[in-house]
Amino acid sequence: MSLISTRGLSKNYAGLQAVSNVDFNLPEGQVRALIGPNGAGKTTFVGMLSGRIKSSSGSVIFSEKDITKLPAHKRMTMGMAYTFQITSVFSKLSVHENVALAARRVIRDKPSVVNAKVTSVLEKVYLADRYDQIAGDLSYGHQRLLEIGMGLAQSPKLFILDEPTQGLSATEVEGFIELIRVLSENTTILLIEHNMDVVMKAAHYITVLNFGEILAEGTPDEIRANQSVQTAYLGSH
Amino acid sequence: MSQLTESAAGFQKPLLSQGSRSILLHVGIVILLFLLYFALPVYHSGNLARILVLAVFAMGYNVLFGYTGLLSLGHALFFASGMYGFGLAIQFIDVVPIVAIIIGLLSAVVVSVVVGILALRTTGVAFMIVTLMFAQAGYLTVLLFGEYTRGDEGFNIHRSDRVLFGFDLSQATNRYFCALILFAICFFLTAWLVHSRFGKTLVAIRENEERARMLGYDIQRHKLIAVIISGALSGAAGVAYALLFGYAGASFAAVQYSILPLLYVLLGGAGTTIGPLIGTVFMFYLIDLSSDLASAYLSSEFASAYMLIAGIVLILLTLFAPQGFAGLLRSKCKWLP
Amino acid sequence: MDFGPYLFVASLEGAITAAVLALTAVGLSIVFGIMRVVNVAHGEFYMLGAVLAWWITSMIAGHPALGFWVAIVAAPLLVGALAVLCDRFILNKVNYDPERTIVATIGLLYVIQQTTLMTFGPEARPVQAPFNERIALPWFEYGESGFQMIWPWGLSTTTYKLFVIVAAIIVLLVLWWVMTRTRIGLIMRATQLDQEMAQAHGIAVNKVYALVFGLGAALAALGAVLVVPIQQAYYLMGSDPLLLSFIVVIIGGLGSVLGTVVAAVLIGMSDGIISVFFTPTLAKILATLLVAFVLVFKPNGLFGKSRE
Ligand SMILES: Nc1ncnc2c1ncn2[C@@H]1O[C@H](COP(=O)(O)OP(=O)(O)O)[C@@H](O)[C@H]1O
Ligand SMILES: [Mg+2]
Repeated sequence: MSLISTRGLSKNYAGLQAVSNVDFNLPEGQVRALIGPNGAGKTTFVGMLSGRIKSSSGSVIFSEKDITKLPAHKRMTMGMAYTFQITSVFSKLSVHENVALAARRVIRDKPSVVNAKVTSVLEKVYLADRYDQIAGDLSYGHQRLLEIGMGLAQSPKLFILDEPTQGLSATEVEGFIELIRVLSENTTILLIEHNMDVVMKAAHYITVLNFGEILAEGTPDEIRANQSVQTAYLGSH
Repeated sequence: MSQLTESAAGFQKPLLSQGSRSILLHVGIVILLFLLYFALPVYHSGNLARILVLAVFAMGYNVLFGYTGLLSLGHALFFASGMYGFGLAIQFIDVVPIVAIIIGLLSAVVVSVVVGILALRTTGVAFMIVTLMFAQAGYLTVLLFGEYTRGDEGFNIHRSDRVLFGFDLSQATNRYFCALILFAICFFLTAWLVHSRFGKTLVAIRENEERARMLGYDIQRHKLIAVIISGALSGAAGVAYALLFGYAGASFAAVQYSILPLLYVLLGGAGTTIGPLIGTVFMFYLIDLSSDLASAYLSSEFASAYMLIAGIVLILLTLFAPQGFAGLLRSKCKWLP
Repeated sequence: MDFGPYLFVASLEGAITAAVLALTAVGLSIVFGIMRVVNVAHGEFYMLGAVLAWWITSMIAGHPALGFWVAIVAAPLLVGALAVLCDRFILNKVNYDPERTIVATIGLLYVIQQTTLMTFGPEARPVQAPFNERIALPWFEYGESGFQMIWPWGLSTTTYKLFVIVAAIIVLLVLWWVMTRTRIGLIMRATQLDQEMAQAHGIAVNKVYALVFGLGAALAALGAVLVVPIQQAYYLMGSDPLLLSFIVVIIGGLGSVLGTVVAAVLIGMSDGIISVFFTPTLAKILATLLVAFVLVFKPNGLFGKSRE
């Protein structure tokens, strides 16, 4: 059963067709990688899933409800979480408060319950010892991890990550792959990723986007063997 | 792991005492203000009553500017809505003071709902201009109905209309403690608000609106509620001003009264609970002192030019201390609310 | 007087308002368009222009026209120079941050206004026009003997009023020529389009900004010098032009110079007609609400193109 799907989803930026007519299904429990060359329309596509970007036509169905007209914040309250391609944290607030803001929207309980959640999340993203630091003072890689932590804190049904490993060190990338593996036990994950190593290790299934259209879909092995993907994307890498 | 428990435990203690230190600070300030009345000569305690009311206005402004990050240039409209809602009700419908107070507060709330819904469709510079224009329209409306409002000249409110629960508020002691009670209520209210879930979300919106939206917060709803709270507090200050000092005039609706709370908050420290009070005290005495000096040594025109001081302070603040006094203090002691 | 001639006189008065407004508003518009600065002190630069014109004409003995001609050159230059200083020492220092510049220009507004009050005083003071001959205007009417030209009583204007209109048109044309046909204009437009790109191409953005801010203020001052023989110099005279310029710039589309001129003509011309129907206060209320509602519902101005 699909957790999220689209029918004929398109985006037109003043004449530029960034995404055209995409039919997409993501079954519950899957880790899906969305790949494709720069400018293929990946960010635009997930932006329309999350409601951050308004679609020009087509529809989005989430948990069997048509959410095409819902604003972004309502979609988040239905169980989505989203991390930006360009890191976006509350840079003047503490690491703890960043995650607490995410947790508080979901957990309407005493501060101690929120704090417990924050502590457990920070542990998962290897930031437990930076609890008290100002987010803007963290290194770039740590800010990315913090943003992933903010997603985790919402305990989402669907977690959308736009190029999460960009700027992470090799060991952090390994940690991230492990994190996805643990998380995938009870979360559906949609991952935009350029690092093919991550894609091959973490994803169950891959969608390739090219010029705003789906070029191919399949398991990591199928995609690796696909000739048109080779020429459009993998070859040029 | 052991590192984690260590740091979490190490944090737990100051967290608790941070809360109690903050409560202590707020209660301490109110007690200090209570005692000041008996320590100060009459002239200054009269001033202080005025300062407390204006500080409430500044605290209302701070909710929107300091905590939500929305710079309004039209808060005189909310202040004047309270002032005229109260003043006109007591003058023309002949209600008892408590009913007029409620009418004053309600008119400020209604005006802030309308202005909020419209102005929040814009952001940034457009928001500033829209609020400025609405306030200007409000000021001109006061002049247009000069038959009732008496325009710039204004009108006095009878002594008999300034009696609340048997206390004659034209009498200095009653007036001071009434102002202090209002101040204390609003002071604790904002302190509680900014530590609440809602207040923390406002700060998140101020810091990074797009991120807050993508965490699932309804930005427009939060901003609208912030405008209403801010407008209500400003309106309460307007009601109190008319009630305690017995006068309502169009100058309180004019653009200067939109600039002054901005000035108080910038000077004292935006986004801090005690900033508005510090800024109001400082600015009030700066103007008072300089006009005293000017009228003693220079011509009377100098004394009336108090907005010159305001202008100079505004420029100096934007140039050298955008964080204000409390901001400077806070960089020294982190626990300041 | 019949309605026809009456309307004709009203439009002539409207044209004067429009001409002065166009100069002032274009000043505000280029500052916003190129620097993205909302200059709340713009009205005070206008006021300073008028006050300096009074000061210069009262300093210069001899033929009254001489003082005026000196003033029309010197006052805008002085005001422009002051604005350049403000840019250097205030706006530049806060990095043209939108909110901080607004707060700083509010401060500037009060400093200029109150300093004028303390030096120039609270009185309104007149400035003599360099020439002021009355011209009777003809009217055409279809009478018994066919089309005929008549000279209705009261249908007149003065040479000075016509001069104001012509002068404003010439200045705007020169400005248009500078902006579109000269190197300095090209540099300004390049800076407007992309500040960082301009910097990368070796344009001294800081100097352009100082120049633009000075030019904007000088245009306001020029408008005021032109109008001061018709009105009077007064320390509070800046607030109405500020409001009207805001209206014009916002309705014309923020930062669009052509839209600003069109809107100035429309609003200046209708100003006289509006005040026939409404009290001035009611007309001002409607005008301020108009600005607010245009910004709320059509943020690119009435004539502006909408962007994605
Ligand atoms: N806000 C925008 N306005 C205009 N064009 C845009 C906008 N955002 C993205 N685009 C264009 O849409 C296309 C797809 O962009 P994007 O979705 O960011 O691609 P990807 O994430 O796959 O690199 C690109 O050609 C990009 O230039
Ligand atoms: Mg992208």
